[in-house]
Amino acid sequence: MTPVAAGYKPQVAVHKFASCDGCQLAFLNLGEDLLLLSSLVEFVHFAEAGPVNPEAPVDIAFVEGSISTAKDVERIQLVRARSRFLVTIGACATAGGLQALRNLADGQAWIADIYAIPAYVESLMSSTAVAQHVKVDLELWGCPVSSRQLVAAVRALLFGVAPVEERDKVCMECKRSQIVCVMVAHGLPCMGPVTRTGCGALCPSFGRDCYACYGPAENPNTQALTRRLEGLGIAPAAIGRRFLSINNGAAPFTEAGLRLMHDHD
Amino acid sequence: METGFLPRGRFQGLLDALHRAGYRCFGPQVRDGAIVYAAVSASEDLPQGMRDHQSPGYYRLERTSSLRYFGWANGPQALKPLVFAPHEVLWRARRLPDGGIEFSTEPPSTDKLAVIGVRACDLAALALQDRHFLAAPQSDPHYAARRARLFVVAVHCSDPSDTCFCVSTGDGPQASAGFDLALSELDDGFLVESGTALGAGVAAALELEVVSAEARAAAARQIEAARERQHRRLPSRNLRAALFANLEHPRWEDVAGRCLACGNCTSVCPTCFCHAGIESPGLSGETSMHARAWDSCFTQGHSYINSVTVRSDTRARYRQWLTHKLGSWHEQFGRSGCVGCGRCISWCPVGIDITEEAGAVCAGAADE
Repeated sequence: MTPVAAGYKPQVAVHKFASCDGCQLAFLNLGEDLLLLSSLVEFVHFAEAGPVNPEAPVDIAFVEGSISTAKDVERIQLVRARSRFLVTIGACATAGGLQALRNLADGQAWIADIYAIPAYVESLMSSTAVAQHVKVDLELWGCPVSSRQLVAAVRALLFGVAPVEERDKVCMECKRSQIVCVMVAHGLPCMGPVTRTGCGALCPSFGRDCYACYGPAENPNTQALTRRLEGLGIAPAAIGRRFLSINNGAAPFTEAGLRLMHDHD
Repeated sequence: METGFLPRGRFQGLLDALHRAGYRCFGPQVRDGAIVYAAVSASEDLPQGMRDHQSPGYYRLERTSSLRYFGWANGPQALKPLVFAPHEVLWRARRLPDGGIEFSTEPPSTDKLAVIGVRACDLAALALQDRHFLAAPQSDPHYAARRARLFVVAVHCSDPSDTCFCVSTGDGPQASAGFDLALSELDDGFLVESGTALGAGVAAALELEVVSAEARAAAARQIEAARERQHRRLPSRNLRAALFANLEHPRWEDVAGRCLACGNCTSVCPTCFCHAGIESPGLSGETSMHARAWDSCFTQGHSYINSVTVRSDTRARYRQWLTHKLGSWHEQFGRSGCVGCGRCISWCPVGIDITEEAGAVCAGAADE
């Protein structure tokens, strides 16, 4: 990687796949910094904010959303081909999102249960992470991602350095913020010990348990946490559902969740 | 040096004397279900009647009818956050129009701070942190500034919890050094000792009463009872040889199966000093901020060197923690890094007990 040459404004696209649009708001919520960002890079495609030119070649493509339809499968190849760096933003693009729950069930039956004319729904039977289809250069976890994460990623790419990946457990951030542990002091079924930091320990700071919206941390011991949650009196299926939530498509959580669901069928 | 007796009804006088001497007072308070240190101005802020119930992975408070302010063992914090800040900006950099870079430091506040209720284990830990951060020639200016402003009011521990083992490490329950004032709390008041001239000066302003022989005997009995109540212990005060002779002990694999590698133990440990440097450039690219934040030997980044993670699994990380804390600290600091506060046992979400793990790895170890 090399720093951006003086006078050149890197071209940026923000693409959306199967998602709620919430992660893109992390750009729009930048406030004054959004003006600064616009002076540093050129948003050539960002439908939620205005510019529409999905086919333009770009230096950085941010991708929100999971690959959920046959068209998505084709479109993500085109995005990859036209982008120098591809950055996934959020749980959907990075792990398949909440909608990846259908990978573990009979998706066709779900559609039939909900829609009057299921034939109108052109969904794949799976919802998958972008990295399962094309090479991803950087993954930003979170549901949603924060403005802080986006700014750090853009800044690092402009400098021409590798962005720092935050992989520690939420517990580290909790302790740095001097938050009293909600699991030890209140017996809450906190997912913090297996969950990636980046949120600033938001939920524990309000006295509630982490529900793993930033996905698995590095080296997560899901079995040890499972035993602990069982010790707190949480039923195995309920623990399984805590793993099979927003980031159910992330491998360590898929495995832990399915183990719990199958062991206790 | 024993200076006198402060009746319970006049405890506010101590806070007032400290305020008059220019100190902001920090003391124990109940917050979010635990005893934590925060600003206090009135004795009513203190956790009167509170007691703690601690066991591996478990901490609960109970309100009792006791009049005592300090009838509990400890909370998740020691003095560490006040001297070695969990996250602090060390310097900022700014790009100048001529292409140069200007650096500026951010010295921490040097406002005088009196901390009330400090336990013997935490004073022992403070002495160890001092040796790490203040040792010449690389004395840390941020730590030094935070340290120099401290006035320590210790309380001899009367109510150790189930997880305490300071007797085994030789660091408590009685505070023996490192305080400006030390209190023995009885139901009707406090025996006051001074440890420094500064402390004696504050005590002189309190118009203390003469200590009765009964009060003195009650304080001594209370310490003895606190000593006897502790049942956890490390196999020896020096486990260096035993640990390094057992680097391939199967217990490391066993504990790795239970350990979350979450870093809670090292964060609540009053002697752990590892930290990471974090750069936060501003979006413009014209400014940057360098911060120091608590790190842990349980994180991947802690042993990441030039594209290699030296300790990639939990077995290696837990072993690193224990062999450093209880082993190589002896070479580094002349003693073990454990002061027996028991926090790593209580605040481990899965209740791993350092005394049990050390006992298993070092079975049969006698004092070196």
